[in-house]
Amino acid sequence: MSDASTTGPMRAADGTLLKVSLARALRRQKLRALMLIMPLLAFVLIGFVLPIGQMLMRSVENDIVQDTLPLTIEALQEWDSTSNESPPEAVFTALAIDLQAALESKSHTILGRRLNFEYSGITTLFRKAGRDVEDWNVETDGPFRVRFEEIDEEWIDPTMWRAILAYSGRYTAGYYLAAIDKTMVSGQIENRPKNESLHLMLFGRTAWVSILICFCTLLLGYPIAFLLSNLKARHSNLLLILVLLPFWTSLLVRTSAWKVLLQEQGVINDIMVGIGILADDNRFQMINNKLGVVIAMTHILLPFMILPLYSVMKTIPPTYVRAAKSLGATDWTAFWRVYFPQSIPGIGAGAILVFILSVGYYITPELVGGPTGSFISNRIAYQWSGAGNWGLVGALGAILLVAVLILYWVYDKIVGIDNVKLG
Amino acid sequence: MTLTKMIIGATSAIALAGAANAAAHMSGEMTIVSWGGAYSASQQAAYHDPYIANTGIAILNDESSGEAVAKLRAMNEAGNITWDLVDVIAADGMRLCDEGLAMEIDFDSMLAPGADGSTATEDFGETLVSVCYIPQIVFSTTFGYRTDMVPEGAAAPTGACDVFDMDTYPGRRSLEKRPIGNMEWALICDGVAIEDVYDMLETDEGLERAFAKLDTIKDMTIWWTAGAETPQLLADGEIFMGSTYNGRLFSVIAEQNQPIGMAWGNQMLDLDGWIVPTGLPDDRLARVMDYLYFATDTQRLADQAAYISYGPARASSAPLVGNHATLGIPMAPHMPTNPENMDGAFVTNYLWWADYRDEMDAKFQAWLAQ
Repeated sequence: MSDASTTGPMRAADGTLLKVSLARALRRQKLRALMLIMPLLAFVLIGFVLPIGQMLMRSVENDIVQDTLPLTIEALQEWDSTSNESPPEAVFTALAIDLQAALESKSHTILGRRLNFEYSGITTLFRKAGRDVEDWNVETDGPFRVRFEEIDEEWIDPTMWRAILAYSGRYTAGYYLAAIDKTMVSGQIENRPKNESLHLMLFGRTAWVSILICFCTLLLGYPIAFLLSNLKARHSNLLLILVLLPFWTSLLVRTSAWKVLLQEQGVINDIMVGIGILADDNRFQMINNKLGVVIAMTHILLPFMILPLYSVMKTIPPTYVRAAKSLGATDWTAFWRVYFPQSIPGIGAGAILVFILSVGYYITPELVGGPTGSFISNRIAYQWSGAGNWGLVGALGAILLVAVLILYWVYDKIVGIDNVKLG
Repeated sequence: MTLTKMIIGATSAIALAGAANAAAHMSGEMTIVSWGGAYSASQQAAYHDPYIANTGIAILNDESSGEAVAKLRAMNEAGNITWDLVDVIAADGMRLCDEGLAMEIDFDSMLAPGADGSTATEDFGETLVSVCYIPQIVFSTTFGYRTDMVPEGAAAPTGACDVFDMDTYPGRRSLEKRPIGNMEWALICDGVAIEDVYDMLETDEGLERAFAKLDTIKDMTIWWTAGAETPQLLADGEIFMGSTYNGRLFSVIAEQNQPIGMAWGNQMLDLDGWIVPTGLPDDRLARVMDYLYFATDTQRLADQAAYISYGPARASSAPLVGNHATLGIPMAPHMPTNPENMDGAFVTNYLWWADYRDEMDAKFQAWLAQ
């Protein structure tokens, strides 16, 4: 009988199973921990995950076409879209019914705007048709094909109908195609005309200028970080304040200051003309182009390179370099073979920070970039507030997000994310 | 159907507001969205201040007109319209109307008749470009130049076409970083009549011709996105000549005494005005309509012209335009609608741009980036 109590499962003082009691205590602890991070979790979910999810949804959602023209799209399935003839009468009858239903909520003009992103002119077609269709009797006023033709000849244009059919799905790849300069307006995926292709070039420019900025910040930041970590505390603190000072100044102020410095009648050009390096009528153009963006953004992002470098260099024991020298290494060998490899985690952290920040930069390219220095983010902003093509905004944003994630992955493979140190 | 009902509802709400329980409806505040800067200041002085003095209603100013379309859409999706009245350019007003985000207006019953006895519809005349849009002012995008940088022996520039004349007027230019206006000027200055410009822009040859014309000054052009940029570039001597809104040029010339002159020829006229967002609750709608009735009458529109050089949209306001409120100079010669400034002036074709804006913009930006 006493055997049972010694060989059976262990119990806590109150007689419950020890395992259960332990789990309960741990659960309470976990719950408490969860409660503590709850505000942050909720904030991240609501402020970050949800909007990004919504953006991704927007980039494929295309309900508006089927919701506004349900009967028309159904009737359109019967039409041979490869033929060079306009759709049959049934489609136009369905269109008249659909349009009348759409008039009340004005969804026909919203649809017009949506389709106009792919096929210029549809906005007006739908607006004009809406005005006339309002007075029609859909039971008796047919045939409608002729009546639509009377409103505008383009209504019987098969190319226009092919475009509507191509973008009629509830989900569409159309926005992603537009984001990589392609279109399926004819039913097949094809390149947009060259004089309308913009996005791939902007993605490319954003990537390569960001790499350049990354490189410039490294070139300028490395010696400063080295100096910072090797000076006496009194001096290095002063220097650190100088590094941080621009950090505390508004981004807008710093960008505008560069405008004043770099413009053609600006401070730098005036000085160069004053000391006779440049002729007055041949001033150097340093702003409203790529050069301006590189200069201004290198300055703005410099602290993001210096600080991780500094915190890593701080931890490199000076004895290693001394040891290398005492073993006969030249200054260069001691630096390159001993010091530099130990500072690579700092370079990695700084480079990732600067690159990711600059890929998404908006305000500086907008102010000093001019047409040859603007980034993909400037185009995204225009599509959001100017053109109102939010699906394209979602697609461009998603591509940017995926590109950064891929780079992060490549970086992890090459450098190793464990090697990144912020201190 | 519901729209008509809503308009009837709105009108009766105003009638009610005017009647017995005016105080109940009129209490509180409303949010009015505009452009900020000198323009908002002129509205504050001409419309808001007298209205606040009359009614005691507080007016909150929001300077979001530049993103009005995008923000109204977002508000509509969220189902919470926080704006009561929004100031937008005509093209945006039409777009909001198309999307059902702006309320349809019955001009004759909702707005004051003209001081000369005309109905509101007659008084606004051609400026009524959309059923949702109540115009306030006519403004223009036109050119200013540095008077001290005109080459010796050359006549001063007189209009938009001088911007393409690199031989007579060397130096940098500034143009807006969008196709609207620039495409028209390129073709007009290449000898195309304004009536043919839009047809031509629909063809590849026309497009090429416009870009070829712009190519002649592309290297020397700074592209602006904010209306304040050209006046600043002119004041800094960065450019010889540039386009911007005429009111901005007036303020650097008359108020800041910069050596800048106006080149009015072929100015591009446009409208700025109000829209009322759809879906406002009855009490707020009543308040807005009461404000609108007051703020768009003949005298108020004429008053605004004392603070900024934009022409009132009502014909009956023109004779009442007087002197500048602080400088005391007569304002009529500085109005874009002044007959002497109207040489070759044109109004942008809103309907055409509504159709071709997306395509043109892609082409324009691609051309710029080359």
